[in-house]
Amino acid sequence: MTFVYDATYEGLLSAIFESYRLQTIPLRIVAEDKHQKSLFDQVVTINTDDTYSNRVKKGLEKKCGKQASNLIYRCFLSEKPGIEMLIFHFVRTAMKHEENVLQNYRDEQILQLHQINKQIGREVHRMHAFVRFQETKDGMMTSLINPDFNVIPLIGKHFVDRYPAFEWLIYDTKRRYGIHYKDSLSFITFGENQHRYLAGEVLTSAENQYQQLWKSYFRAVDIPERRNLKLHVQHVPKRYWKYLIEKSEA
Amino acid sequence: MNHRVKEKLEILADAAKYDVSCASSGSKRKNTKDGLGNATGMGICHTYTQDGRCVSLLKILLTNHCIFDCAYCVSRRSNDIKRAAFTVQEVVDLTINFYKRNYIEGLFLSSGIFKNVDYTMERLVRIAKKLREEHKFNGYIHLKAIPGASDELIHEAGLYADRLSVNLEIPSEQSLKKVAPEKDYATAYKPMNYLSEAITEYKKEKKVIKSAPKFTPGGQSTQLVIGATPENDRHILNLADSLYQQQNLKRVYYSGYIPISDDNRLPVLRQAPLRRENRLYQADWLMRFYKFKVDEIVDDNNPNLDLDIDPKLAYALRNPQFFPIDVNIADYEWILRIPGIGAKSAKKIIAARRFGKLRQEHLKKIGIIWKRAKYFLTCADRDFINLGFQPEAIRAQILHNPKSKSKPGQLNLFAPTPTLLTT
Ligand code: SF4
Repeated sequence: MTFVYDATYEGLLSAIFESYRLQTIPLRIVAEDKHQKSLFDQVVTINTDDTYSNRVKKGLEKKCGKQASNLIYRCFLSEKPGIEMLIFHFVRTAMKHEENVLQNYRDEQILQLHQINKQIGREVHRMHAFVRFQETKDGMMTSLINPDFNVIPLIGKHFVDRYPAFEWLIYDTKRRYGIHYKDSLSFITFGENQHRYLAGEVLTSAENQYQQLWKSYFRAVDIPERRNLKLHVQHVPKRYWKYLIEKSEA
Repeated sequence: MNHRVKEKLEILADAAKYDVSCASSGSKRKNTKDGLGNATGMGICHTYTQDGRCVSLLKILLTNHCIFDCAYCVSRRSNDIKRAAFTVQEVVDLTINFYKRNYIEGLFLSSGIFKNVDYTMERLVRIAKKLREEHKFNGYIHLKAIPGASDELIHEAGLYADRLSVNLEIPSEQSLKKVAPEKDYATAYKPMNYLSEAITEYKKEKKVIKSAPKFTPGGQSTQLVIGATPENDRHILNLADSLYQQQNLKRVYYSGYIPISDDNRLPVLRQAPLRRENRLYQADWLMRFYKFKVDEIVDDNNPNLDLDIDPKLAYALRNPQFFPIDVNIADYEWILRIPGIGAKSAKKIIAARRFGKLRQEHLKKIGIIWKRAKYFLTCADRDFINLGFQPEAIRAQILHNPKSKSKPGQLNLFAPTPTLLTT
């Protein structure tokens, strides 16, 4: 049996709830945009329902604490194929056992969740580091990103704490949405194909100067005697270069 | 921002790059509603140089003019180089604008000595003050505390900076005298001791009165140049240990001497002793986080660190009487001493074994480096493979395994960074 849900987190939790209600273990849980119909497959379409998803979340937290619900939410954002069943397994295991199974690293699937969570953590940390704001003529600081995982929901607070006094935008060009801040934080999306690059003419002249200065600085701190490009690329993987001022051409 | 600033930046970043410490961690500073920036205590590397060093701070000299003539320093008076000096405002503008764009965590400001020490120190302090008070900047600030500066200036610096550093540079006074005739240990220890006391005082006060001001919340650090003078690792680690114990230093940085100087007071090296530098960082790590004592790392028979293997492995091989260690019952401290197991894995082991005895497969998945650890531990399904614990045999096996590098990760972790510079 395949459970098909609407690709939201609440949808996934509703699916887990549904499995308890129907007393069945699904073979797969798949987001509708990834679902491919097959002839012999029995499909259950999940209704996303906040009361259901909340009950799953609360139930899990009662057993294993907030840390556990945090863990599965963050892992969900990894968008990894099969992540739904890992989360499903974890919730079932948590409910079945008296003790808190969160740290049962002997359980392979639980260990896997922790490992994915670690990757998420690394990506969040990378975004804290690699966001580059550019000042546009309308007075906003804008940054385009292209993270491996869907970490936009996890990075807002860091930047709010740091830059509360001006307006800024961080936009995920792959997933086509972002966070906008002006006194408060909100999600924002634009139409198709917008905001892949920031055209030079929308930037202030000071912006161009500081970008030049930053590039000069980056060149100046290099120590040729110690050059180690392998290490460099390990820390700053090439797929991030596109939006890094110091690594982009021109 | 004109062309002149770009040129200054090139000269003064280049001159500062040999100063190792890039750390922006260890200090927490909250932002205000209308302020700019914070320090999270985590430290973020915003980019990496092409040699793999972390770029966290705008690291520059205020000036590379200097009245001193330290042989190991590019800015020394007798060196024929281009000189430049920033104005106070230029440094402030660069910091604010780089920070706003999320290029940096803050400022690391050092300087050659122009005119005299207080004249220079006063400018460093003025920059920090301007950033904090006029621009409400709450990002990270690291200043050099220049030996010989007045207590008042050192104190003021402590009120604005997250971290201050006084560099000893040369690991013994005898050698220092030879290469830096204007310097001595007493002058360097004076501000260190002053800071150490003031930091303790302010901390005490802050416990009682929450609103008491912060004073160098990230503590103080220093740098030692390695390989320019003859001191051995035992001497260096003992010195570091005493700096941690007595001056309460947060960090000691080791900097393999890069033979940039053709000054004849220094040895001619073909290349910087990077391997040795890395081993010193590993040893330092063992002292600070793994509770190793100096004489467990180096001793009379082994006054220098083994360059081929990391100091933790070397320790285990020298002390077969403590191994193997049973991971299902041993204390955390002892699990940490097993080569191939780091702090994270050790914690996971302690947590996971509550759910049942751990076997080899569990340990591997938890992420320990099995190839290395297997010689030193026992677990549920596996008795110690007895090589008769012949240290030489184990050493050979580990070294010959082409994939086993010494303690993966650590090399990068410490971002081995180079030598030199400034006061
Ligand atoms: S180490 Fe400091 S005092 Fe010595 S020459 Fe360099 S800048 Fe001047």
